[in-house]
Amino acid sequence: MTIAVKFDAVSRHFGSVRAVDAVDLEIAEGEFFAMLGPSGSGKTTCLRLIAGFEQPTSGHLEIFGDRAEGVPPYRRNVNTVFQDYALFPHLTVLENVAYGLMVKGVERSLRRKSAEDALAMVKLPGYGARKPSQLSGGQRQRVALARALVNKPRVLLLDEPLGALDLKLREQMQEELKILQKSLGITFIFVTHDQGEALSMADRVAVFNDGKIVQAGSPAEVYGKPRTRFVADFVGSSNVLTPDLTEKVSGQRRWSSLRPEQVSLGSSKNNGLLEARMVAAHYLGSTTRIVTEVGGQRIAGVVQTGQSIPEAGAVVQLAFDKSALHYLEDQP
Amino acid sequence: MRSDKESQAPVWLKLAAAGGLAFLHLPILLIFLYAFTTEDKSYVFPPPGLTTQWFAIAWNRPDVREALWLSVKVASIATIIAMVLGTMLAAAVSRSKFFGRETISLLVILPIALPGIITGISLRSAFGLMDIPFSIWTVILGHATFCIVVVYNNAVARFRRVSGSLIEASMDLGADGFQTFRHVILPNISTALLAGGMLAFALSFDEVIVTTFTSGQQQTLPIWMLEELVRPRQRPVTNVVAIAVVIVTLIPILAAFYLTRDGDQVAGQGK
Amino acid sequence: MSAVLNSGNQGVTGRLADRLWRQPPVLLLSLLALPLGWLIIVYIGSLVALLWQSFYSIDEMSGLVVPEFTLKTYGELFTPSNLDIILRTLLMSAAVTVACAILAFPIAYFAARYAKGKWKALFYLGVMMPLWSSYLVKVYAWKLILAKEGIVTWIFAKLHLTFLLDALLSVPVIGGNSLSISYIGTFLVFVYVWIPFMILPVQAALERVPGNLIEASADLGANSSQTFRNVIFPLALPGIVAGSIFTFSLTMGDYIIPQIIGSSRLFIGQAVYAQQGTAGNIPLAAALTVVPVVIMGIYLTVAKRMGAFDAL
Repeated sequence: MTIAVKFDAVSRHFGSVRAVDAVDLEIAEGEFFAMLGPSGSGKTTCLRLIAGFEQPTSGHLEIFGDRAEGVPPYRRNVNTVFQDYALFPHLTVLENVAYGLMVKGVERSLRRKSAEDALAMVKLPGYGARKPSQLSGGQRQRVALARALVNKPRVLLLDEPLGALDLKLREQMQEELKILQKSLGITFIFVTHDQGEALSMADRVAVFNDGKIVQAGSPAEVYGKPRTRFVADFVGSSNVLTPDLTEKVSGQRRWSSLRPEQVSLGSSKNNGLLEARMVAAHYLGSTTRIVTEVGGQRIAGVVQTGQSIPEAGAVVQLAFDKSALHYLEDQP
Repeated sequence: MRSDKESQAPVWLKLAAAGGLAFLHLPILLIFLYAFTTEDKSYVFPPPGLTTQWFAIAWNRPDVREALWLSVKVASIATIIAMVLGTMLAAAVSRSKFFGRETISLLVILPIALPGIITGISLRSAFGLMDIPFSIWTVILGHATFCIVVVYNNAVARFRRVSGSLIEASMDLGADGFQTFRHVILPNISTALLAGGMLAFALSFDEVIVTTFTSGQQQTLPIWMLEELVRPRQRPVTNVVAIAVVIVTLIPILAAFYLTRDGDQVAGQGK
Repeated sequence: MSAVLNSGNQGVTGRLADRLWRQPPVLLLSLLALPLGWLIIVYIGSLVALLWQSFYSIDEMSGLVVPEFTLKTYGELFTPSNLDIILRTLLMSAAVTVACAILAFPIAYFAARYAKGKWKALFYLGVMMPLWSSYLVKVYAWKLILAKEGIVTWIFAKLHLTFLLDALLSVPVIGGNSLSISYIGTFLVFVYVWIPFMILPVQAALERVPGNLIEASADLGANSSQTFRNVIFPLALPGIVAGSIFTFSLTMGDYIIPQIIGSSRLFIGQAVYAQQGTAGNIPLAAALTVVPVVIMGIYLTVAKRMGAFDAL
């Protein structure tokens, strides 16, 4: 397995601010890799380090085995899809897409053809003569994608690419990006603060907080077996149980997490039971999310719509499988 | 409804505003009228008769031609210097944060913020101290200094609107700094540069205060007009020249206005 | 050469481009050097030269500048005739500023609050064009207008109000033989030439007043003059102060308008011009110039406190 990108204790400081703090990371070739985290967590800076817009303050960055420090972005066979798409307003769509080929001196008819092929690949054939200002947000995003891919980069970077799109379009693009990546076989690295997006698209996810990677693994791992309270809360918004509460349930005095979909209103059959007070119920369609309160803490659960739900203030029994309880590390 | 009442201004306000605007424009229109008068010894109103003879006479007077030519030369050279220097400065100030950036922004405003007489007498005293004789170059030196400000204002306003990610995108796609400048930056600031250049030209063409202090025997067109104002010869000829100056300065300004209309205002409003 | 990192353009421009990318300060410096050098050497340098010379003095006998540090020249500012000049200029600047503020307000108010769409652009153009029209031509136009045989006299005559004009001209100090050689005339021309400088900042300040503030004021029971006094005017004040910076400083430094339209009594600008001309008394000219600079310095500091710079 070839390593496409390797971070070796990479730090990026801005004065006293540690945007990236001694990060170690390996991304394999052909992976669809997600960098997930809240704003200011360092994920975008890491992306920019790979692109070449930032240089590490310390540590080493390797791209396909070669040291990348000191190499300008225009010398890296790495391309970026920017958050605001950054399409050149004074050029047509075709000229935008062919830009990378133009600056490398590719001959005109050849780059025209390649650009048109790229546009067809992103399902915008024939849009070449338009100007970016005439396109919708979704179309601009595809043009940005085509413009990056036409250069046949070894690594494609995407900086919050779907943030500006509405829900339906976003879901459609998520599917298309996944299919595209599989068919092209190149490494996709994308940055997002939307954990749902990361989980649904990526082969592996790195969760960032405060300039460090808190956990990296497959979506199932990160979601089902979060390492810390932060990950449990950020990815999928789990119930986080204080040591007091955990002790009540399992006897162990540790922090633990419990997915809401594993908690429901029960009577007797399950071996995990907790007495709580109803706070609210939120209708979500086929399911209803219930919020309860126990020991000063909120616990959320999920029930099938149709099941009878007690009034707010009523005392209920929360039921869950004890083995679903996942222990967290001590650090936040 | 309240909004209906809001959108109609009271009559007296409309009259005051319209009147004010008319007041601003009438005097210049009057000059147009006076350029056609047959009376050349006084400013009598109404003009006794109308003729177009003065246009030909003005064109044929050698002192007028020389003054016009000098003004064109000075304005052109000052504008070129200003465009190069102003753009360089604007690029540096708008794209990077560095120590002293605020001070520089203030410094650049000075040639236009301080009255022309200060710029004029300062240059004059400097020339005196260093024993530099007056020439077309001393005039150009003075003009270029405030022209730099005009170009800078326009360029900086536009630079700030060019999204930084465009430059990054260009580099990401394989273009180095020079290629990025040529293919991305320049096309996006060209209209602002042009506008700045035209404003600078108009400003230089019309400038009289600094010029009186920095010129010896050289007569630009405004200097010529000043002479005529103090010691009039053929008054209608002066009026014809006045019209010419108005047109030559107004056209670049209107063009500059249309070039930069989308978004930012025409920068460098203060003279 | 590796698979992902290529060596790119190895020519001169390529290597230069790499160097500039790697060391941004070099790029910055090369951009700043020429223009900053020009501004500092030519402009600041001459300002310093001027200030320097104001500390010299002129030898009355030989008429030559004595390059020795002295405050004698500054002392000369306090002679009655010089104080006269300074006072005259200050009074005129103040009068012009007030008049401009009053006259510009309706135009600016209309343009800010009621002009929409193409009318707004038209108004903007309507103010910009006179602003940018040749200064000298404007002054010249007024010379024509105010001439004894010119249009103003003609209008007054047609309206049988000539006696009014004569009464105006016979007012002591500010009157004169004709409008074009009186303070009234000078005042009129100053106001005309600088009004656009007042309109634009006031309009900008008024445009920043959200429309719903006026509605809120009316909603709370204020009539229109109360709304004006308590809401509109205070919010427009920074714009007025910003505009006044221009009108005040431009009037103080002007020497052409008083020369062409006015009595033979001097303003600061004319005095400076006269002193550095045939008199060759550059030290005194410099000292005189320092006066408006200092006054404007104080004015600007006060104006900045009042928030005028945000309205510019």
